[in-house]
Amino acid sequence: MTIGLAHYLAVAAILFTIGVFGIFVNRKNIIVILMSIELMLLAVNINLVAFSVYLGNLAGQVFAMFVLTVAAAEAAVGLAILVTFFRNRGDIAVDDASMMKG
Amino acid sequence: MALQAIAFYLMAAVTVAAGFCVVSARNPVHSVLWLILSFFSAAGLFVLMGAEFLAMLLVVVYVGAVAVLFLFVVMMLDVDFTALRQGFARYMPLGLLIAVFLAAEMVLVSATVAGRGAAKDNETPMASGADSALSNAEAIGRVLYTDYIYFFQAAGLVLLVAMIGAIVLTLRHKPGVKRQVISDQVLRTPKTGMRLADLKPGEGISE
Repeated sequence: MTIGLAHYLAVAAILFTIGVFGIFVNRKNIIVILMSIELMLLAVNINLVAFSVYLGNLAGQVFAMFVLTVAAAEAAVGLAILVTFFRNRGDIAVDDASMMKG
Repeated sequence: MALQAIAFYLMAAVTVAAGFCVVSARNPVHSVLWLILSFFSAAGLFVLMGAEFLAMLLVVVYVGAVAVLFLFVVMMLDVDFTALRQGFARYMPLGLLIAVFLAAEMVLVSATVAGRGAAKDNETPMASGADSALSNAEAIGRVLYTDYIYFFQAAGLVLLVAMIGAIVLTLRHKPGVKRQVISDQVLRTPKTGMRLADLKPGEGISE
Protein backbone atom coordinates (compact mmCIF):
# COMPACT_ATOMS: atom_id res chain seq x y z
CA MET A 1 0.00 0.00 0.00
CA THR A 2 1.18 3.52 -0.70
CA ILE A 3 1.63 6.10 1.97
CA GLY A 4 -0.52 9.07 1.07
CA LEU A 5 -1.48 12.43 2.43
CA ALA A 6 -4.02 11.00 4.87
CA HIS A 7 -1.36 9.01 6.70
CA TYR A 8 0.76 12.07 7.43
CA LEU A 9 -2.29 14.11 8.39
CA ALA A 10 -3.31 11.37 10.83
CA VAL A 11 0.14 11.37 12.45
CA ALA A 12 0.02 15.17 12.76
CA ALA A 13 -3.49 15.03 14.25
CA ILE A 14 -2.44 12.47 16.86
CA LEU A 15 0.66 14.48 17.75
CA PHE A 16 -1.36 17.69 18.11
CA THR A 17 -3.83 15.86 20.34
CA ILE A 18 -1.00 14.59 22.51
CA GLY A 19 0.16 18.19 22.88
CA VAL A 20 -3.28 19.35 24.02
CA PHE A 21 -3.53 16.38 26.37
CA GLY A 22 -0.12 17.23 27.81
CA ILE A 23 -1.24 20.77 28.62
CA PHE A 24 -4.30 19.38 30.40
CA VAL A 25 -2.60 16.78 32.56
CA ASN A 26 0.54 18.75 33.42
CA ARG A 27 -1.25 21.87 34.52
CA LYS A 28 1.25 22.70 37.24
CA ASN A 29 4.49 22.01 35.43
CA ILE A 30 5.17 24.89 33.06
CA ILE A 31 8.25 23.21 31.58
CA VAL A 32 6.19 20.29 30.31
CA ILE A 33 3.53 22.75 29.11
CA LEU A 34 6.19 24.48 26.99
CA MET A 35 7.28 21.11 25.62
CA SER A 36 3.66 20.27 24.79
CA ILE A 37 3.42 23.52 22.84
CA GLU A 38 6.54 22.50 20.94
CA LEU A 39 4.86 19.17 20.10
CA MET A 40 1.77 20.97 18.81
CA LEU A 41 3.91 23.21 16.62
CA LEU A 42 5.70 20.12 15.29
CA ALA A 43 2.33 18.66 14.33
CA VAL A 44 1.48 21.87 12.50
CA ASN A 45 4.81 21.65 10.67
CA ILE A 46 4.12 18.07 9.61
CA ASN A 47 0.76 19.20 8.20
CA LEU A 48 2.35 22.10 6.32
CA VAL A 49 5.09 19.96 4.81
CA ALA A 50 2.68 17.15 3.90
CA PHE A 51 0.39 19.51 2.00
CA SER A 52 3.38 21.29 0.46
CA VAL A 53 4.76 18.06 -0.95
CA TYR A 54 1.36 16.78 -1.97
CA LEU A 55 0.34 19.91 -3.87
CA GLY A 56 3.84 20.50 -5.24
CA ASN A 57 3.91 24.03 -3.80
CA LEU A 58 6.97 25.10 -1.83
CA ALA A 59 5.14 27.85 0.07
CA GLY A 60 4.16 25.30 2.69
CA GLN A 61 7.77 24.42 3.44
CA VAL A 62 8.75 28.09 3.61
CA PHE A 63 5.93 28.70 6.04
CA ALA A 64 7.03 25.69 8.09
CA MET A 65 10.44 27.36 8.37
CA PHE A 66 8.81 30.50 9.75
CA VAL A 67 6.83 28.42 12.24
CA LEU A 68 10.13 26.84 13.29
CA THR A 69 11.65 30.30 13.78
CA VAL A 70 8.77 31.50 15.90
CA ALA A 71 8.80 28.27 17.91
CA ALA A 72 12.49 28.68 18.70
CA ALA A 73 11.98 32.32 19.71
CA GLU A 74 9.01 31.36 21.85
CA ALA A 75 10.99 28.64 23.63
CA ALA A 76 13.87 31.03 24.34
CA VAL A 77 11.70 33.82 25.72
CA GLY A 78 9.44 31.39 27.60
CA LEU A 79 12.37 29.74 29.34
CA ALA A 80 13.88 33.15 30.14
CA ILE A 81 10.63 34.22 31.78
CA LEU A 82 10.60 30.91 33.64
CA VAL A 83 14.12 31.47 34.97
CA THR A 84 13.23 35.02 36.09
CA PHE A 85 10.07 33.75 37.76
CA PHE A 86 12.03 31.05 39.53
CA ARG A 87 14.53 33.60 40.83
CA ASN A 88 11.76 35.75 42.22
CA ARG A 89 9.65 32.98 43.76
CA GLY A 90 11.97 30.01 44.24
CA ASP A 91 9.26 27.87 42.70
CA ILE A 92 7.64 27.39 39.30
CA ALA A 93 4.10 26.33 40.26
CA VAL A 94 1.82 27.86 37.65
CA ASP A 95 -1.29 28.22 39.79
CA ASP A 96 0.58 30.31 42.36
CA ALA A 97 1.54 32.80 39.67
CA SER A 98 -0.89 35.47 40.75
CA MET A 99 1.58 38.16 41.76
CA MET A 100 0.30 40.57 39.16
CA LYS A 101 -3.31 40.25 40.28
CA GLY A 102 -4.54 43.79 40.88
CA MET B 1 6.97 0.91 -1.87
CA ALA B 2 6.81 -1.64 0.90
CA LEU B 3 10.07 -0.34 2.32
CA GLN B 4 8.68 3.17 2.32
CA ALA B 5 5.56 2.00 4.13
CA ILE B 6 7.64 0.19 6.75
CA ALA B 7 9.80 3.27 7.27
CA PHE B 8 6.75 5.51 7.55
CA TYR B 9 4.99 3.32 10.11
CA LEU B 10 8.17 2.89 12.14
CA MET B 11 8.92 6.60 12.31
CA ALA B 12 5.31 7.60 12.82
CA ALA B 13 5.00 5.12 15.69
CA VAL B 14 8.23 6.35 17.28
CA THR B 15 7.15 9.99 16.90
CA VAL B 16 3.77 9.41 18.51
CA ALA B 17 5.06 7.14 21.26
CA ALA B 18 7.86 9.55 22.15
CA GLY B 19 5.37 12.41 22.12
CA PHE B 20 3.19 10.54 24.58
CA CYS B 21 6.20 9.86 26.79
CA VAL B 22 6.98 13.61 26.78
CA VAL B 23 3.70 14.43 28.45
CA SER B 24 3.60 11.42 30.76
CA ALA B 25 7.20 11.10 31.96
CA ARG B 26 7.73 11.62 35.69
CA ASN B 27 11.02 13.42 35.33
CA PRO B 28 11.18 16.53 33.11
CA VAL B 29 14.73 15.59 32.09
CA HIS B 30 13.32 12.38 30.60
CA SER B 31 10.61 14.48 28.97
CA VAL B 32 13.24 16.55 27.20
CA LEU B 33 15.04 13.42 26.01
CA TRP B 34 11.78 11.98 24.67
CA LEU B 35 11.14 15.32 22.96
CA ILE B 36 14.49 14.99 21.21
CA LEU B 37 13.56 11.49 20.02
CA SER B 38 10.18 12.72 18.83
CA PHE B 39 11.69 15.57 16.83
CA PHE B 40 14.35 13.29 15.42
CA SER B 41 11.85 10.79 14.06
CA ALA B 42 9.67 13.64 12.79
CA ALA B 43 12.72 14.77 10.85
CA GLY B 44 12.82 11.24 9.45
CA LEU B 45 9.21 11.68 8.32
CA PHE B 46 10.21 14.92 6.59
CA VAL B 47 12.99 13.12 4.75
CA LEU B 48 10.49 10.47 3.71
CA MET B 49 8.26 13.19 2.29
CA GLY B 50 11.15 14.70 0.35
CA ALA B 51 11.65 17.83 2.46
CA GLU B 52 15.27 17.17 3.35
CA PHE B 53 16.20 20.77 4.07
CA LEU B 54 13.49 21.20 6.70
CA ALA B 55 14.40 17.83 8.20
CA MET B 56 18.02 18.92 8.71
CA LEU B 57 16.83 22.29 10.00
CA LEU B 58 14.63 20.50 12.52
CA VAL B 59 17.54 18.40 13.74
CA VAL B 60 19.92 21.36 13.98
CA VAL B 61 17.47 23.80 15.56
CA TYR B 62 15.64 21.46 17.89
CA VAL B 63 18.09 18.76 18.83
CA GLY B 64 21.00 21.17 18.71
CA ALA B 65 19.56 24.28 20.31
CA VAL B 66 16.06 24.20 21.75
CA ALA B 67 16.34 20.80 23.42
CA VAL B 68 19.67 21.75 24.97
CA LEU B 69 18.09 24.99 26.19
CA PHE B 70 15.29 22.99 27.79
CA LEU B 71 17.76 20.55 29.38
CA PHE B 72 19.82 23.46 30.67
CA VAL B 73 16.83 25.13 32.31
CA VAL B 74 15.40 21.91 33.72
CA MET B 75 18.70 20.99 35.31
CA MET B 76 19.41 24.53 36.51
CA LEU B 77 16.14 25.01 38.35
CA ASP B 78 16.15 23.30 41.71
CA VAL B 79 12.50 22.36 41.86
CA ASP B 80 10.67 19.51 43.52
CA PHE B 81 9.12 18.01 40.43
CA THR B 82 7.02 15.46 42.26
CA ALA B 83 4.96 18.27 43.78
CA LEU B 84 4.31 19.62 40.31
CA ARG B 85 2.75 16.32 39.29
CA GLN B 86 -0.13 16.63 41.70
CA GLY B 87 -3.43 16.59 39.90
CA PHE B 88 -2.12 14.42 37.08
CA ALA B 89 -4.74 11.78 37.79
CA ARG B 90 -7.41 14.39 38.50
CA TYR B 91 -7.15 16.05 35.10
CA MET B 92 -6.56 12.77 33.27
CA PRO B 93 -10.22 11.84 32.51
CA LEU B 94 -11.16 15.29 31.20
CA GLY B 95 -7.95 15.51 29.22
CA LEU B 96 -8.47 12.06 27.73
CA LEU B 97 -12.07 12.88 26.80
CA ILE B 98 -11.09 16.09 25.02
CA ALA B 99 -8.09 14.41 23.41
CA VAL B 100 -10.16 11.55 22.02
CA PHE B 101 -12.76 13.91 20.56
CA LEU B 102 -10.12 16.21 19.11
CA ALA B 103 -8.19 13.34 17.53
CA ALA B 104 -11.34 11.77 16.11
CA GLU B 105 -12.45 15.06 14.59
CA MET B 106 -9.10 15.86 13.07
CA VAL B 107 -8.53 12.37 11.66
CA LEU B 108 -12.05 12.44 10.20
CA VAL B 109 -11.48 15.82 8.58
CA SER B 110 -8.08 14.90 7.20
CA ALA B 111 -9.36 11.60 5.82
CA THR B 112 -12.21 13.46 4.12
CA VAL B 113 -9.96 16.18 2.72
CA ALA B 114 -7.43 13.67 1.43
CA GLY B 115 -10.16 11.74 -0.37
CA ARG B 116 -11.82 14.53 -2.35
CA GLY B 117 -11.46 17.83 -4.11
CA ALA B 118 -8.21 19.18 -5.44
CA ALA B 119 -6.25 16.56 -3.59
CA LYS B 120 -7.97 13.73 -5.42
CA ASP B 121 -6.78 14.82 -8.87
CA ASN B 122 -3.24 14.57 -7.65
CA GLU B 123 -2.76 10.84 -7.44
CA THR B 124 1.00 10.95 -7.05
CA PRO B 125 2.15 9.22 -3.89
CA MET B 126 4.08 11.19 -1.32
CA ALA B 127 7.87 11.40 -1.53
CA SER B 128 8.22 12.05 -5.20
CA GLY B 129 11.13 14.21 -4.11
CA ALA B 130 14.26 13.91 -6.20
CA ASP B 131 12.71 13.81 -9.66
CA SER B 132 13.45 17.42 -10.49
CA ALA B 133 16.89 18.80 -11.24
CA LEU B 134 16.80 21.16 -8.27
CA SER B 135 17.62 19.91 -4.82
CA ASN B 136 15.11 20.62 -2.10
CA ALA B 137 17.33 23.23 -0.43
CA GLU B 138 17.96 25.04 -3.70
CA ALA B 139 14.27 25.08 -4.59
CA ILE B 140 13.37 26.51 -1.17
CA GLY B 141 16.12 29.10 -1.48
CA ARG B 142 14.82 30.27 -4.84
CA VAL B 143 11.38 30.85 -3.37
CA LEU B 144 12.51 32.11 0.03
CA TYR B 145 14.88 34.82 -1.20
CA THR B 146 12.53 36.16 -3.87
CA ASP B 147 8.84 35.86 -3.08
CA TYR B 148 9.22 35.67 0.69
CA ILE B 149 12.18 37.97 1.25
CA TYR B 150 10.26 40.36 3.52
CA PHE B 151 8.95 37.49 5.60
CA PHE B 152 12.48 36.16 5.82
CA GLN B 153 13.72 39.51 7.11
CA ALA B 154 10.82 39.66 9.55
CA ALA B 155 11.78 36.20 10.84
CA GLY B 156 15.28 37.50 11.43
CA LEU B 157 13.85 40.43 13.37
CA VAL B 158 11.75 38.05 15.46
CA LEU B 159 14.85 36.09 16.37
CA LEU B 160 16.74 39.31 17.21
CA VAL B 161 13.94 40.51 19.47
CA ALA B 162 13.76 37.09 21.14
CA MET B 163 17.50 37.11 21.73
CA ILE B 164 17.50 40.61 23.24
CA GLY B 165 14.42 39.75 25.28
CA ALA B 166 15.95 36.59 26.70
CA ILE B 167 19.17 38.41 27.61
CA VAL B 168 17.35 41.35 29.22
CA LEU B 169 15.11 39.00 31.20
CA THR B 170 17.84 36.81 32.59
CA LEU B 171 20.72 39.28 33.02
CA ARG B 172 21.09 40.51 36.56
CA HIS B 173 23.68 42.50 38.45
CA LYS B 174 24.46 41.11 41.84
CA PRO B 175 24.95 44.01 44.26
CA GLY B 176 27.95 42.53 46.06
CA VAL B 177 30.13 41.95 43.02
CA LYS B 178 32.83 44.51 42.21
CA ARG B 179 32.88 45.45 38.54
CA GLN B 180 35.03 47.67 36.40
CA VAL B 181 33.22 50.93 35.59
CA ILE B 182 35.10 52.46 32.69
CA SER B 183 33.47 55.89 32.90
CA ASP B 184 34.45 56.25 36.56
CA GLN B 185 38.03 55.44 35.68
CA VAL B 186 38.12 57.91 32.81
CA LEU B 187 36.50 60.71 34.79
CA ARG B 188 38.96 60.33 37.65
CA THR B 189 41.22 63.39 38.10
CA PRO B 190 44.20 63.96 40.38
CA LYS B 191 41.95 66.14 42.51
CA THR B 192 39.51 63.35 43.27
CA GLY B 193 42.09 60.62 43.14
CA MET B 194 44.27 61.65 46.05
CA ARG B 195 44.05 63.48 49.31
CA LEU B 196 46.71 65.53 51.05
CA ALA B 197 46.77 65.08 54.79
CA ASP B 198 48.67 67.19 57.26
CA LEU B 199 50.22 64.95 59.85
CA LYS B 200 51.65 66.03 63.12
CA PRO B 201 54.79 64.21 64.17
CA GLY B 202 54.13 61.10 66.22
CA GLU B 203 50.55 60.63 65.05
CA GLY B 204 49.24 58.15 62.56
CA ILE B 205 46.57 58.86 60.00
CA SER B 206 43.01 58.25 61.04
CA GLU B 207 39.85 58.43 59.04
